[in-house]
Order: sequence, then structure tokens, then C-alpha cells
Amino acid sequence: MAAKTLTIDGKQLSAEEGATVLQAAAEAGVKIPTLCHLEGLHDIGACRLCLVEVAGGPKLLPACTTLITEGMEVTTASERLKNYRRLTLELLFAERNHVCAVCVANGHCELQTLAGQQGLDHVRYDYCFPPWEVDATHRLFGMDHDRCILCQRCVRVCWDIEGAGTKHVSGRGGKAKIISDLDDDWGDSETCTACGKCVQACPTGALYHRGSTVGEMVRDRSKLEFLVNAREKKLWSV
Amino acid sequence: MGGLMTLADLQQIKERELAAQKKIVLRCCLAAGCCSSDAHGVKERLEKAVAEAGLHHDVEVRGVGCLKLCCAGPLVQADPAGTLYTHVTPESAPSIIAALRGDQTALTQTDPNAAFFALQHSIVLAHSGRIDPERIEAYIAVDGYAALLNALTELDPKSVLETVVRSGLRGRGGAGFPTGLKWGTVAKSPGAKKYVICNADEGDPGAFMDRSVLESDPHAVLEGMAIAAYAVGADQGFIYVRAEYPLAIARLQTAIKQAKRLGLLGSGIFESPFHFNLDLRIGAGAFVCGEETALMASVEGQRGTPRPRPPFPAASGLWGCPTLINNVETFANIPPILRHGADWFAGIGTLRSKGTKVFALAGKIKNTGLIEVPMGTPLRTIVEEMGGGAPDGGRIKAVQTGGPSGGCIPAHHLDTPVDYESLTTLGSIMGSGGMIVMDDSTRMVDVARFFMEFCMDESCGKCIPCRAGTVQMHHLLEKILARRATARDLAKLEELCDLVQHTSLCGLGQTAPNPVVSTLRFFRAEYDELLQPDPHGPRPAAASAPGATVS
Amino acid sequence: MERLKIATVWFGGCSGCHMSFLDLDEFLLDLAARVDVVYSPVVDCKDYPEGVAVCLIEGAICNEDHLALLHRIRARTRVLIAFGDCAVTANVPALRNHLGSGNAAAVLQCAYLDHAQDRPRLPAEAGIVPVLLDRVRPVHEVVYVEHFLPGCPPPADRIKALLTQLLHGLTPHLEGPPLTFG
Repeated sequence: MAAKTLTIDGKQLSAEEGATVLQAAAEAGVKIPTLCHLEGLHDIGACRLCLVEVAGGPKLLPACTTLITEGMEVTTASERLKNYRRLTLELLFAERNHVCAVCVANGHCELQTLAGQQGLDHVRYDYCFPPWEVDATHRLFGMDHDRCILCQRCVRVCWDIEGAGTKHVSGRGGKAKIISDLDDDWGDSETCTACGKCVQACPTGALYHRGSTVGEMVRDRSKLEFLVNAREKKLWSV
Repeated sequence: MGGLMTLADLQQIKERELAAQKKIVLRCCLAAGCCSSDAHGVKERLEKAVAEAGLHHDVEVRGVGCLKLCCAGPLVQADPAGTLYTHVTPESAPSIIAALRGDQTALTQTDPNAAFFALQHSIVLAHSGRIDPERIEAYIAVDGYAALLNALTELDPKSVLETVVRSGLRGRGGAGFPTGLKWGTVAKSPGAKKYVICNADEGDPGAFMDRSVLESDPHAVLEGMAIAAYAVGADQGFIYVRAEYPLAIARLQTAIKQAKRLGLLGSGIFESPFHFNLDLRIGAGAFVCGEETALMASVEGQRGTPRPRPPFPAASGLWGCPTLINNVETFANIPPILRHGADWFAGIGTLRSKGTKVFALAGKIKNTGLIEVPMGTPLRTIVEEMGGGAPDGGRIKAVQTGGPSGGCIPAHHLDTPVDYESLTTLGSIMGSGGMIVMDDSTRMVDVARFFMEFCMDESCGKCIPCRAGTVQMHHLLEKILARRATARDLAKLEELCDLVQHTSLCGLGQTAPNPVVSTLRFFRAEYDELLQPDPHGPRPAAASAPGATVS
Repeated sequence: MERLKIATVWFGGCSGCHMSFLDLDEFLLDLAARVDVVYSPVVDCKDYPEGVAVCLIEGAICNEDHLALLHRIRARTRVLIAFGDCAVTANVPALRNHLGSGNAAAVLQCAYLDHAQDRPRLPAEAGIVPVLLDRVRPVHEVVYVEHFLPGCPPPADRIKALLTQLLHGLTPHLEGPPLTFG
């Protein structure tokens, strides 16, 4: 594959054709904030945090799904972008009931960490306080919709990596939610293999191991990457 | 199925139809609007009355598509005189037969040469209200499928494409992308399998143009799609139509069945090597499925949510194949363009917006219904002359175009010509053709709230700015209307408009703030009036450094 | 130099933020040399005084007394600091909000009747027990707040950094990962 030369935040670099802006930036040591992206899963461009400016075009483009082109000039952290990221995070915090202080993922949450990195010290929008429930019917895992940001990592890992197809999205807009099978109790799911990949993939405390208490839900993202790599490089043979 | 059609076959059908033409035709509107007021009852009574009067050799009672003046339905038009009866009921219908004999009728009539009709320029609606949409022979009798025949037998795909490019036709779904350019991109995209999709998921509140076209002249859309498929090299088409349009669906099903029976769809059309299959897909009520990538996901059987573009459907669409997506009205323009030529079409309209546009005229206006006018017609002509102005002595305050993605054009801009660029300059869009007229009893903040609620409910929930941003914008608008908001809240609203416009994934979110932005632009005073003082608001900057002095 | 008047107040919260304030240790002595703490849970003062320079507000706004006092504080204070997650986000006290309308009655029922072991009855004495609000609110949803110190509780060094900058007449600027909710 041919290499392409581009500029990211003033840094000249080259990356392989077919790489996304996010990948090229990561190789160059430029960290672009993401929430729905997870190494090993196909990208869907949903969270809009990785939006970047590309010179010559009026539209902001998601770094995770935009392929690099020759001579591309990318800006990842203009004041405008930083402001949009803060606003987007504010919207997320106001949308559901994120109570970091008592969350299983406190201290290990990507949403919480990003908020800190983006200098978000309060949310100016009125909190919605919607009445979400917890699905604690599974013997190993729990799903707290209060903390879900609908990044769909669990859905993608369940379909793409595990192949079980248990997780889906149902509903529209603010009422959209992650469901198991046909909106059944997770514990009743006939497709769930209890592999726990969704729990490993979750960026917040929405999916958790039962029995974990405040701050105990530490995830091992490398497991997923390892699995995908091993599969793609055929490290196992049957 | 079906024999091979030839030019001679088509002509034979046409001649048979014309020969069977009766002296007097009573055209009964059987589009959804009139049907909801028992137009079927009217037609049945008319048929009975004709039979009773022994006039069946001279009089045909014909069910037709939309007769356009929806507010006066059920409508019956009598040819050859063209007398247009309004508010016909099954009870009053027989007096039309009496009137044919010269008797007095108590039925109300309207002048078929009034501005509402006279200023229309029918291309897309040329057959609407004239032919029976449930009979393919009726369409063939008005030269239907002749353009397809001509394309397949006389033109190569490239020259069809060129004709469309030269016509200057732009997408009628809202954005106005040049149709020829889109077709060209699909034609050039490599791939053995290509698709053509007709977007009939018309969902804007107040819009019913596409429904009327489908109910009144479904074969025009089929023919347009077949021509498009030929031009871009596709062999499979889908019409994605919303389930809320049962009549349109039924007529499309009938039309497809008839076209297949006559060999106008399927394999070896007009003895050419061209194959084209067409199927319906019924939408399940999601507005976002009018967005092309969501629509394709839905056709594929997935959850109807949009995905980032590029890749555009022209390069990678349905099941990853190059796909052409056009709107109903766009396809309906194709047969006339091929019949009459690109120059004829390009001679209508303005420099950059060619042809006509169909609008659904609704809201606070005397004549509501369906109109088709040349591009560039001033808004004032549409709402004042054709629409008859506001009812009950009200004054027109604004015209909303483009539905939830559009904007409100204030009365002092009524002289604006209706074309893509002029409407965009005023912060609105052409949109698919919904036109809602508002009089001075309308509160513009209410209008903004209504459309925001619509977008909030219809957001698919995939991207955060649209999903959560519309909720907050709606909340802020409610707060403003309840007189609980301050200038800071209004600033937050404007900031969210900017965010949602520029960061949302698809067109739904990117345009959702438009009704707010546009009402703020022209009617800001109405917002300001509702704002409350902010006694606990920010202090002047100088006072917030406590190290300085202590009061 | 004139001594600044500083206040701290404790609304709907667990007092953990005040504990963190006390964790300032010897900085408290530096502070005492420069400011007077005129109103605080640790100061015996019934009425919130005029002319306060800075007030650290712990806790969410849960009842009508909180609301009234907060308005008085805003009117009499130059700079308000939302101090800790309950003040900044409404946090745990706001968990009742998503029970919807009637949430106040529901939590009282649960706490004072359903789970009471001895003489279950609702606290209702007028003028003694303040009426709960329908919606627990973060401080800035009620009045304008100049600065925010998220955290449950905010770490002492963050409190120190903010107060130091303020006392030097600077516009406080805090950022970085330690500045998070939770």
C-alpha cells in the first residue's frame, strides 16, 4: 500500500493509505478524544468527539471514519473544536443520571476522564433526571441504563467479535436504549454467551460485573485488542 | 411473465384508449384528501346516477388522482366543459348528472380558471386529476412509457445521462443536488451490481406532494426510475414508501403489477437487453429513514440509522453497491424531460433552478392544496394570488418552507422568488415542498418549539448532539415560552443551535436548529419579550476579583 | 490590608467537602492570618452577614430553607464557589429526582414511615422542618456561580489552589484530570 503524506496539527507525517485520521494521529502521538471508538471494533462516528477540521472543507469530519488523503491538513484541537467537545460532554452528563461519586466505574470511566481533560467543571444545561432502570437479571453482569451513553460498543462487540448478537439498540432519540434480544431481561437471553466482552468494552459504568462496588469496575481493554489481533493474524488454529 | 412490448403494442393500447373515450368525463378525485371525505361514495353514486339516467354510453365516471384544491374536496370535474364541483357529497352527487342536462344544481362550483389553477404549470402533475392512476392503459394513452421506449431503443445510457445533465434538473427532495451529476457519479462507479432507490418517505409536517404524485400518477415514477436505471446501469430498484401512505402503496403495487404484466418492468424490456426489477419497501414510521443512508439501512433490514458520509451512496450504497437515490418528484420529472427534451425543461424556471416545483400549500391560507409552479415564482404570487391570502381577515406573517429542516420567511420577504438559492439566502430551504402559511395569530416561538419537538422525537439517537441537543433545545424553548428563561438561556439556545448544526451526524440533526435560527433571525423580538430579568445573574467582571477591595 | 470575609455553607451534602477543607492543615493557619471566616458550620453565627468576599457552598439545594439562604448568600457575597459534586451536579441528593413528580413525598414515606423502627411519623412541624423541593438542584441552576470545584470531595490541594489564586486577586484557572466529578 502506498503511503500518504499529511499534516496533523502542523506536524508533517506519513501514514498508509486506507488509514483513518484517528489512526494517523495516534501514530504521530496526537491524541484525539473519542468515546464510541474502541480498538478492534468497526467505527460508527456516533459520539462526535473526534470531529476535526480539514482545510479546504466547511464540514467537520469524524477522525474515526475519515480516511486520510494526500496533502490533507488536519486540525484536531482548535478553540472551536474544544468548545464543541465540552458542549457535547455537557449534553451527555445532563442526559442521564451520571452520579460519578457512587458509580462502579468511578476513577476508571472514560466519560469522567474526558470531562476532566476537557476542563468540564460543571454542566450548564438543566439535568434531565430521566427514570431509567437497572437490569440486574443476569447472573454475572448488570446493566444500568442511567450511565449508558449509547456508544454501541457493547452492540458491536457482541455482534462483531463474539458473534452472539444479543445486544441491540431500540427506540428513538432520548428514549433509545440498549436491549438484550427483543428487549428481554438480560438474564433470560437465550443468545447471550455470558462472555463478558460487552462489559469489557463499556466506557462507563453502564455495564458492570455484579458485586463490584464504587470504583471497583476496572476494565481490561487489551483483552479485546488481543482477541481481534489473534483472530486477524490467525494465531490460533482449529 | 408478460409479452415483449414493442412500439406498435404501445400505440395500439393508446389508440384503443382514445377510441373508447366518451363524450363526457366526470373526473372524481380519489386522492387521500378527498377519500377521507367519502370521495368513493361520491363516485359510486355518480356511477349509479349515470346508469339510472341511461347515460353510460356518453358519460364516463372516472376515478382520478389529485384535483389539487384540497380544501374544497371532494372534488368532481366535468369534461369537456371543465366545470369543477366542490364539496360534493354522495347525496348531492346525482345533481351533477342533472346539471349535464342543463338543470339547475345547488352544488358549489369553483372557477377552474381562477389564479389557483391558472398560474400552475403542470409537468409533474400533468396527469394528476386527469387519468385513472390504477390503469396502466390510461398512462400509456397520454404517451406513458414512450420515453422509456425511446431511451431503450434510440439512446445509449450516456445520451440519456447527458439529457438529464443538460436539463438542469436538481433533486426535489430538498437539497437541490444536480440530478445529472448524481446519475453520472453512479454510472461511473465501478461495480456489476447497482441499485436505484426512490425515496418516498415523505415525512415533513404539512407536506403531501410526493403522496399526491404517487396516488395520482404512479407509472410516471416507475418510468422515471426505469430510465434512471438504464442510464446508470442498475437492474434493481426499490421504492421506499412510508406505511402511513396506504393508498399510495396500493396504487404503486397495482402499477408495478401492471407494468410487469406488460413487460415494462422485468427482463428484456422493449426487446432490449435491459433488465429492471422494482420492489416496494414499506417504512415503519421513522422520519430519519428519509435520510438516504438510514433509508438504505432500513431497506437492508437493519435499524434505520444514518452513517457518516463519505462514502456516498453513489459509490457505496445499498449492500455496498453503487446506488442512486432520488426523490419521487425528481423521478416524475424524468419522462417529460425525455419526451420534450432537455432544452424545453431548461427553458422553464430560473438560471440555476430549472423546471417547476410542486408545493403542498397548508396552514392559515384560503386555498389549501397542491400547486405546481415554475421555479422563480415569487412567494407572494403563491400565497396571495394562488392561495388567496389569509382567511378570516388575518394578515400573513410568515411562510414556512422545508419542514423541520427549513425556516420561516417573514411577510416582508414575500417577493422572494422560489428557487434553491433565494430560499437558502433567507435561511430557509426549498425542501421537499411543504409550505405552511402563518398569519398574525401565530407565535413564532411556538412554531420553533413545534418543529424542535418533532426533531427531538424523530432523532434516531445515534449521535449525541442531535439526540441530547434537541432535548435541551426543546427544554429551553419550553422554558422561554413559560416565561421562566433569561437572556443566558437564550444564549445557551443559540450556542446549541451552532453545535447541533455543525456536529450532528446526518441531515436531520444538522438542520434541526433551522426553525429556531430562522425565527431568531426575523422574529427575535418575540423571544426577547418572553425573557425574564436575571437578578442572580453574573456580576460585572470587575467586581468578581475579591482580592481587590471589600465592600 | 483589610481582612477578607470568607464564608462556607452546608446545604444538602454529607459534610465531606468540609472535611476536605479541614484537610488543608497548616494552610488553614495561613488563611486565618489573612481572612475572617464569618459564617460556616464551624462558626457560631446565626445570620449570614453582608459584604462577604468568598463563599464555599457545599451541597445541593434540596429544601425551601436552602433556597432562601442561597438567595441571601448570593445577594451578600462577591464570589460564590460551588464546592464539591453535590453543589456542582446535585449528585447523590438528586437521586430522588428521577422518581419523577411526588419524589419528595416518596422519599419521606420510605425513610420516616416504611423503614421507621420506632413511632413512624412524617416530620411536619411548621418552621422546624423545611419543606422539600420537587427537584433537587445544583447551586448554579438557582443563582449565578463564579467558580466550580467538582469532586466528591474536592481534593484539599485543589481547594488550596483555588483560594490562593482568588486571594491574590487572580481569576482562578484550574484544569487537568484531578478536576473531575466523582
